[in-house]
Amino acid sequence: MSITTRALWLTGSIAVTALLVLSWQLIANYSGIPPVFLPGPDRAWSALVTGFSGGELAQLTGATVQRMIYGWVLASLAGIAVGAVIGSSRVAREYIAPMLEIVRPVPVSAFMPVVMAFLGLTGTMVLVVIAIGSIWPVLLATVHGVSSVEPRLVEVSQSLRLGRFKTLWKIALPNAQADILAGMRIGLTVALILAVIGEMLTSENGLGWSILQAARAYRSADLFAGVIVLGVIGLVSNLALQSIERYVLRWKRR
Amino acid sequence: MKIAKALVLPVALLILWEVAMRVSGVQSDSLAAPSQIAVAFYDAMLDGTIPWRTAETLRAALTGLAIGGGSGLIASILLGLIPPVARLMQFSIEVLRPVPAVALIPVAILTLGFGYAMEVSLVAFATFWPVLIYGHAAITNIEPQLLDVSRVLRLSGVGRVTKIVLPATLPRYFVAFRLATAVSLIVAVTVEIAANPLGIGYELMTASQSLHPDLMFALVLWIGLVGWGLNGVLLFAQRRLFGPAGMAEIAR
Repeated sequence: MSITTRALWLTGSIAVTALLVLSWQLIANYSGIPPVFLPGPDRAWSALVTGFSGGELAQLTGATVQRMIYGWVLASLAGIAVGAVIGSSRVAREYIAPMLEIVRPVPVSAFMPVVMAFLGLTGTMVLVVIAIGSIWPVLLATVHGVSSVEPRLVEVSQSLRLGRFKTLWKIALPNAQADILAGMRIGLTVALILAVIGEMLTSENGLGWSILQAARAYRSADLFAGVIVLGVIGLVSNLALQSIERYVLRWKRR
Repeated sequence: MKIAKALVLPVALLILWEVAMRVSGVQSDSLAAPSQIAVAFYDAMLDGTIPWRTAETLRAALTGLAIGGGSGLIASILLGLIPPVARLMQFSIEVLRPVPAVALIPVAILTLGFGYAMEVSLVAFATFWPVLIYGHAAITNIEPQLLDVSRVLRLSGVGRVTKIVLPATLPRYFVAFRLATAVSLIVAVTVEIAANPLGIGYELMTASQSLHPDLMFALVLWIGLVGWGLNGVLLFAQRRLFGPAGMAEIAR
């Protein structure tokens, strides 16, 4: 496909999205569903504009994004470190890895009441839950990536007499890069979800709390504005990590 | 031998936990000894709390999966067989997919109120995407010759789907539905913890807030077991039904 036809298809698919938004507007205007339940895109948009120009929505977005990033960075660092230790040692793999597999199917949100029993309804609780939840994808991906080094590369490291640490640093971790980045991308999605739920439960300042408040007060335009911002956060963070992945892994494609 | 090694650490931790709780003699509102958790689990099983609550959660999760996965299946066939539709819908899909299902919890509360309807619709939203994406990929990967055959045989649209497309993509759809089942349970429990007074997630939340750590840990364990059991049954079925052909898809 040439670039022009591809651009045409892209324009077409954006036009379809515009049509969908237009039909949302028409449904909101003419279907008789009261705007308390279904605001049109015009109302949602004006709620977005007033929210951001007043600074309130920007501040809520900042709080949620900050929470998500902090928890995710903590989880990623811990996940890579622990995963590297477990993945690079056969003994640790045999003894510890099966236990990780047992814990894995527990939905991460189920840890929230447990952490809540210890830390109460606090911001720390939310941060800890985000870190616990988003560590799994990174940890398991690192274990897998570090332990699946090509045998010949292992032999190279042996004949070069690299120590365990150097083998890990120069061979196993670069080998695991793709896995780790993919795990981190999933981890960030989990972090956003947990940040939103955590804010809903604790009434900590943030988008999760504010959209729940908006729903309770029947401020549906603010509610939809908040949901749109959360969607944009999900989209942008995913795109950002995808381009980071492409940039970091550019040496692999050759 | 492998299993024995795998059991060493969990068992040692359990014993250590039990001993520590007994020796220190703490009466905690947030921690319980494994023996207390086992008793609480047994009691909650016997008085019907766990079976009843599990049934509520599974009912919501599986209904949502049927609706969301079913729509995802139909949509993926449309996108897969009519490429212009796929190209035209691409932007809308990329924009809608990253919306976290939990962000829609307040919307569902506002429009549907508490109860099954809102939980089912959130599960449906969340399970629609994986089936759509995996299914679409499965159909675009069909051997082109098979589609040529259907053209030569002059199969109608419906005949093409039921005789060629679905049989060829069944293993991949099975994998997609297995993943979507895990998603459905996660979303159902999450919605219950966050808002909906229903099911096992709500029971867990109540146990945590009413300072019953023994029941709380028993429920977390149980939720893990349910997820593990569901996945195990489906994985077993997948191996049985599709053999190596089905397993090859997992690696991707």
